[in-house]
Amino acid sequence: MSTEVDVVRSSLPKAQRPDRSRRVDVGGIEVSVVEWGDETSQPILLAHGGFDFAGTWDLFAPLLADQGFRVVAWDQRGHGDSDMAPLYTWEADMRDAAHVIESLETSDPIPVLGHSKGGGMMNQLAEVLPHRVSAVINLDGIPNERGFSNQIDRSDVNALAAELSGWLDHRRRAGQMNRRADTIEGLAERRQLMNPRLSMEWLQYLVTVGARCDHDGWRWKIDPTMRFGPSGAWRPEWAIPRLRGLRVPYLGVIGTVKEEMGWGTTPEEAFPILPEGAEFHALADTGHFVHIERPEYVAEITVEFLGRSL
Amino acid sequence: MTTTFLEHVRSRLAVHELRPGNGHPLLILHGLGECSPSAIPGIVQGWKGPIFALDFTGHGASTVPVAGGYTCEALMSDADAVLAEIGPATLLGYGLGGYVGLLLFGSRPTEIKGLIIMDGPGLDGGGGRPTSPMLVQVSQSDLDGSAPDPWALAELASDIRPPSYATDHVRQIQALSGMDTAVVVACLGRPEWLTATLESPVVVESDVTAALLTFSSI
Repeated sequence: MSTEVDVVRSSLPKAQRPDRSRRVDVGGIEVSVVEWGDETSQPILLAHGGFDFAGTWDLFAPLLADQGFRVVAWDQRGHGDSDMAPLYTWEADMRDAAHVIESLETSDPIPVLGHSKGGGMMNQLAEVLPHRVSAVINLDGIPNERGFSNQIDRSDVNALAAELSGWLDHRRRAGQMNRRADTIEGLAERRQLMNPRLSMEWLQYLVTVGARCDHDGWRWKIDPTMRFGPSGAWRPEWAIPRLRGLRVPYLGVIGTVKEEMGWGTTPEEAFPILPEGAEFHALADTGHFVHIERPEYVAEITVEFLGRSL
Repeated sequence: MTTTFLEHVRSRLAVHELRPGNGHPLLILHGLGECSPSAIPGIVQGWKGPIFALDFTGHGASTVPVAGGYTCEALMSDADAVLAEIGPATLLGYGLGGYVGLLLFGSRPTEIKGLIIMDGPGLDGGGGRPTSPMLVQVSQSDLDGSAPDPWALAELASDIRPPSYATDHVRQIQALSGMDTAVVVACLGRPEWLTATLESPVVVESDVTAALLTFSSI
């Protein structure tokens, strides 16, 4: 490992790279699966958010591993060390999650935890595979009736025209595109625009695990053909009536400081739609990345919740 | 028939020129699981301009990708790649191709010279509202790399098509295309998304021959 990477990582001594990694075939492409903790311990599956990767669990996952869990995470297709795919959809990501659970070689139901998009995915996984899920922990991925916080007003003709043509223009170029190369500091500064509450030390650490070092600089390991939008047919609010139907122990955690990457769901919106008996925490002075801003506290309530539930 | 291939995102798309001509082109978009016709359909014999037909990703002579993940938006971008090559065109869409054509028209309202929606496989998709979510699966033994891709058949027969999503695109067509009649519904099928579009004055029910005549003179 290069000295530069050592220096960056040494500023975050609590962050730990996974203990093991392997690859899982998800039907013609492979995803990268990583694990922290003893292989014989109780498994828990972690699902990251959109445009993130499994390395974003490096602060949080070791805390669960220390409490006796086998923490399993994967890079979603096109993210991190997983293969880039020809095509991307929510449904394909759901299938990939099921393949990762299958790879654990246990038929016992397991707890699942997801952040943001990953939280939405785990909500749905508990509905489509209820026999494989023993508990759901949702970190700032609880829907609301207003859709995504960064969604444009679709009745604004000019705004929608810009979004639709912008998406198609991106696709016309996407085959030849490469992510922009930069220094570790440069990539971290760019990411801070979307993650303004996260420390520079953490963002630079993320570069060392979520980007690769090419001859001309560092590039995020995220498929350049992927892009937000067009806002699409799928609506987060479709999940609202389904949440109440889940019959597994449920822990919901949201941040209360609104952020660009977040869903903007308020505590008043979130609590009433959770499954009966759900445990719910709205964290003061915390943004969308609850597990990165407050890893110890989120790990503590997660472990306590699982202690009561499993 | 002349076939050329376009490199688009991760697909190699087959575009067939069924016949050259003078005037703006007609682009045929096939239905779910189909491929481009090898001969000119009888109903378009009178078209004066060149006639093209696209094989969508996973269909006909185009790339059959691995691991699924199909969306109508991705197919819309396939058709957009053809527009980039042949310039503004009238679209004739069968089933799934009709819905994809509507999305494309709403996204490129000044580059489409009318859309005709015909009956065909995949007109409905998975309906207008979500039903029970499920993991869409395909048997590994069916995946031999040949077209049509079983993933396309499974995923595009179950994708949700909310009426408001279709009418968002129609609003763009109405506001930006400059056409009084822009979309002709020449099919019998009336999925929810299509019925909703008929509330716009730029979407009319008519027959394909009259529609082709109208659009050819634009």
